[in-house]
Amino acid sequence: MSAKKTLFDKVWDSHVVRSIENGPDVLFIDRHMVHEVTSPVAFLGIKNRGIPVMYPEKTFATADHNTPTINQHLPVEDPLSANQLKMLEQNANEYGISYWGLGHEKNGIVHVVGPEYGITLPGATIVCGDSHTSTHGAFGAIAFGIGTSEVEMVLATQCIMQTKPKSMRINVEGTLNFGVTPKDVALYIISQLTTSGATGYFVEYAGQVFRDMTMEGRMTVCNLSIEMGARGGMIAPDQKTFDYVKGREFAPKGADWDRVMAFWKTLPTDEGAAFDKEITFNASDIEPMITYGTNPGMGIGISNGIPSAEAVEGGVATYKKSLQYMDFNEGDSMMGKSIDFVFLGSCTNGRIEDFRAFASIVKGRKKADNVTAWLVPGSHKVEAAIKEEGILNILHEAGFELREPGCSACLAMNEDKIPPGKYAVSTSNRNFEGRQGPGARTLLASPLVAAAAAVTGKVTDPRELMQAERIA
Amino acid sequence: MAYDKFNILTSTAVPLPIENVDTDQIIPARFLKATERKGFGDNLFRDWRYNADDTPKESFVLNNPKYSGRILVGGKNFGSGSSREHAAWAVYDYGFRCVVSSFFADIFRNNCLNIGVLPVQVSPDFLKTIFEAIDQDPNTQLEVNLPEQTITLLSTGAQEQFDINDYKKSNMLNGFDDIDYLLNIKEGIRSFATDRPL
Ligand code: SF4
Repeated sequence: MSAKKTLFDKVWDSHVVRSIENGPDVLFIDRHMVHEVTSPVAFLGIKNRGIPVMYPEKTFATADHNTPTINQHLPVEDPLSANQLKMLEQNANEYGISYWGLGHEKNGIVHVVGPEYGITLPGATIVCGDSHTSTHGAFGAIAFGIGTSEVEMVLATQCIMQTKPKSMRINVEGTLNFGVTPKDVALYIISQLTTSGATGYFVEYAGQVFRDMTMEGRMTVCNLSIEMGARGGMIAPDQKTFDYVKGREFAPKGADWDRVMAFWKTLPTDEGAAFDKEITFNASDIEPMITYGTNPGMGIGISNGIPSAEAVEGGVATYKKSLQYMDFNEGDSMMGKSIDFVFLGSCTNGRIEDFRAFASIVKGRKKADNVTAWLVPGSHKVEAAIKEEGILNILHEAGFELREPGCSACLAMNEDKIPPGKYAVSTSNRNFEGRQGPGARTLLASPLVAAAAAVTGKVTDPRELMQAERIA
Repeated sequence: MAYDKFNILTSTAVPLPIENVDTDQIIPARFLKATERKGFGDNLFRDWRYNADDTPKESFVLNNPKYSGRILVGGKNFGSGSSREHAAWAVYDYGFRCVVSSFFADIFRNNCLNIGVLPVQVSPDFLKTIFEAIDQDPNTQLEVNLPEQTITLLSTGAQEQFDINDYKKSNMLNGFDDIDYLLNIKEGIRSFATDRPL
């Protein structure tokens, strides 16, 4: 046994149908998720070629990107969105693909529902025409976003052609400080690596912080892998992973379960396996994070000031353009900046744990008058848990409303757009210019920071509002 | 979807010396509602190109008649962000066949190669040289030679090699898609798929 393998190698190598010399590998795909925005042209492609979907049972369709988050029982008003949704339904029906459309009990954001129903599995290859497919890596799967041409390839042949990326291991050792969440860990890593620091790599997250993390937290971290340029990120499956998956609707059962478990237990990286790059951070260096610029790498600990242009890597002109868009100045403190909107949701932070965290701070307080808050569960299942756990009552008492599931203001394809010039503290994943609406200004942060902003109307350190026993 | 073969492209270039140009800038999400692949070029760089009232922003390079061509030259880390292939479609549909930068985001690079836009990665120094040459003379011609894997500034002869794997290169030269290849090995895929654990 000479070759010591990484988790990534083991999963990748077991899916290579063939390798092309001086070219890519043909990679077999176990699970394919589709949504309304990046799939219609792919379906059109196979239709024009007159070929079927090769394995319809391996593709799952949900509507999320441009669905409204209020009055979902009514017809979708925007004709273009309505048309895309109709096309997805037609395509799914025509090709025999599971379809969870608007109003379906399993409907929700593609990366939230996949894990909820056991579609996401350790050791699997999972793709979707959405870059945050990296979320599913939390289970020890190779999961990454693909383009529409590749969606067509998967529909037609269940394979895509990929050059094997380089490998990077990111260790975070120690235990997290009070008030520091998985989102902060991810934003911290991106701020250290920059948005292109992991381009060309597939990342494995290792170390005590990730071992201690819940599955939800691991999903948040893996979700954000793409924001440092990585194709994806993954975490070795452990007992927590298996317990999460077991019994879910599409997960293997009985003898099949035993068979996959035997495989899954072999997956963790071998002791001594080599990575192309390895980086280690200390958990104790991380505090609640917030972004101040127009890419997710422009983040700082919430008590710090905005860095000066000279202190950051990359072009000074680009940096200044970014601060100008945000109407911030070098050296400004983030704390105390007035904000207009709060968005809790997205495939990054739209799971039940995120709503629990948000509720832990707003409980017994009131929404600030100057804040419009959009609280959007990632799925109907999350929505149901919010109600069952009594979180909805806490939110209502504090003056918040709950919306219906979907991507919502994460990419603002539906009506949920932050108006030009307004500031939003958002638990989503991208603060690009105009991402949350033309001219919108986004501050990315954790659900705790979002909650603190929602009740104070400004950027506030959540630790000031938290009592130790609340999060114990 | 098949595309035109790519061999040697000689053209003036449009400079966009901004870093981290993300796909939300290349094509904002609200223009992703089409169900067919057409018309995306009209909305390329929409929010940098047009004011809210749809009048062109004169300061933006695509609205400057001095600059034109089939080559787009962008700053470092071009195409980061979302996986939307629409970004590559918009670039192609506008009329670009080649994007030059010192660094590309992975998915964008893949998407370009899949639809017939050639991403050419050059050294930061060469990128600077190109920007300076275009700045001095907007009619500066670049030659992108795929068979030789070279990019040349025709005014000075300055040249660099670029990387592309043999497989993608032959696809671009012939206008082939990956899907054509995959469909040809479908039986092999089917036998691979039998008796998989998942
Ligand atoms: S929530 Fe945002 S990032 Fe996640 S799938 Fe939807 S649009 Fe993409």
